[in-house]
Amino acid sequence: MDLVDGFFEWFGNLGIFFWQVLRAAVTPPYEWRELIHQLDEVGSRSFPLVCAAGAAIGVILSMEARYSLTRFGAKSMFPVSLVYSVVQVMGPVITGLMVSGRVGAGIGAELASMKVTEQIDAIEASAINPYRILAAPRIMACILMLPLLTLVADASGLLMGWFAQTLVEPLSFQQFIESGFKNAKLNSFLPQTFKTTVYGLIIGLIACYEGMSTRGGAEGVGRAATKSVVLGSLFLILADVVLVKFILIVFP
Amino acid sequence: MATTYDISTDQVDLERQGSASIVAVNTLRKSFGSHRVLDGISLSIARGETLAVLGRSGTGKSVLLRLIIGLETPDSGSVCINGQDITGLAIDKMGKIRKKMGFLFQHAALYDSLTVAENVAFPLTHHRRDMSRAGRDDRVKQLLAEVGMEKNLGKMPSDISGGMQKRVGLARALALDPEVLLLDEPTAGLDPISSGEIDDLILKLQRERKMASIVVTHDLHSAKTIATRLALLDQGKVVIEGTFEDLQQSNIALVKDFLKQS
Repeated sequence: MDLVDGFFEWFGNLGIFFWQVLRAAVTPPYEWRELIHQLDEVGSRSFPLVCAAGAAIGVILSMEARYSLTRFGAKSMFPVSLVYSVVQVMGPVITGLMVSGRVGAGIGAELASMKVTEQIDAIEASAINPYRILAAPRIMACILMLPLLTLVADASGLLMGWFAQTLVEPLSFQQFIESGFKNAKLNSFLPQTFKTTVYGLIIGLIACYEGMSTRGGAEGVGRAATKSVVLGSLFLILADVVLVKFILIVFP
Repeated sequence: MATTYDISTDQVDLERQGSASIVAVNTLRKSFGSHRVLDGISLSIARGETLAVLGRSGTGKSVLLRLIIGLETPDSGSVCINGQDITGLAIDKMGKIRKKMGFLFQHAALYDSLTVAENVAFPLTHHRRDMSRAGRDDRVKQLLAEVGMEKNLGKMPSDISGGMQKRVGLARALALDPEVLLLDEPTAGLDPISSGEIDDLILKLQRERKMASIVVTHDLHSAKTIATRLALLDQGKVVIEGTFEDLQQSNIALVKDFLKQS
């Protein structure tokens, strides 16, 4: 029963936290400098990681697709298969999970450390809204950067997927792209890319909430970092289930 | 050589002016779980006064300060600043009240990713947006000079001692020219010489700025030096409130014990 109570209490508190952040984010003064700093922190610094993860996924999908399609005599479908599996399915999820691991843990630990050393209280005591200066720019940066990082992961995945294929069976890049995106509509890719804004909201919101509401010393900081990653990743995947269904209904 | 300032003249002047309470705490109660920390505390303080809140560890002294600045919400009772009840105020409305208050945290709570100068500039950057960069830099230097830290502008908080951190924390607390200064254990963990220096600094600031100050401490010597009035807390209640002489003349066993042990 305590577990159920705890579950609803957590959601309730997260909802209140989200409302506070939303109110702080939409009312002036706006913290542009902090937002730009966080865009760099979340975006530029995640670039190499997302690139590498996208590349690995591209190579794996390329090998798997070639093997399966050859068995079914549909080798000509390779470019389309790779493009769709990278851009529609794996690119967004892998980017979300990578950012959740790197950025979610970082935000959770940083804010938790500030909380246990009373730095967040000091911000509040200085008549500065900590939701406005700490949470809003971080969450906004996650929301804005996730789609861009997803495009990076997609590009990296497609490039390395094509490269892996070319090592086995030469295929020009132009031919690969032309056949891969043949008959492709914007509706096939845009919703899948922009759904990652929801991932960004989940990652940023949970990490900021866990960080700013932590208690206890070093143990509390560790707990906040762990919960930020675990809960962020879990809710990201759960949200994906809903988002995929939603996109299939709205963009048939 | 430590300098001692006499604030009694200022105090008399202010009393003549008939200054009303700037901070008034009425029957304040606060519990954490089943543990009642404050049990009906009532205190008030006028401009230019310094109230030292004494008591053993865990008697709710720091919680009282956090309630006054709105970092905690009381279970019942009220906190009035300049006659306005602040209990339950939304964070932005509370911000307007907090601009009139400075808070020195027990462990200074400096922003560890910012330099000493940036720490002091932080409230100015957010509340004096019309101030030019040069003007802000001058103000920061002036504030740090007031606390004797003008030579440490570029240092990180981790590179300076605990006493120096408290000085920087004090400069940050003074950045917005507060009317009320709340000091949480300003001399805790410091050697006697540094404690004396912090006491002198607080006295100097009181004399120059004429703020209302509430100092939470378990250091009776420090309280005697800087406070115009003392309040002793025990089990969430005010046991006695008055001047140091009032405490000395008290027949309450706990007060006698406290004076003897200190």
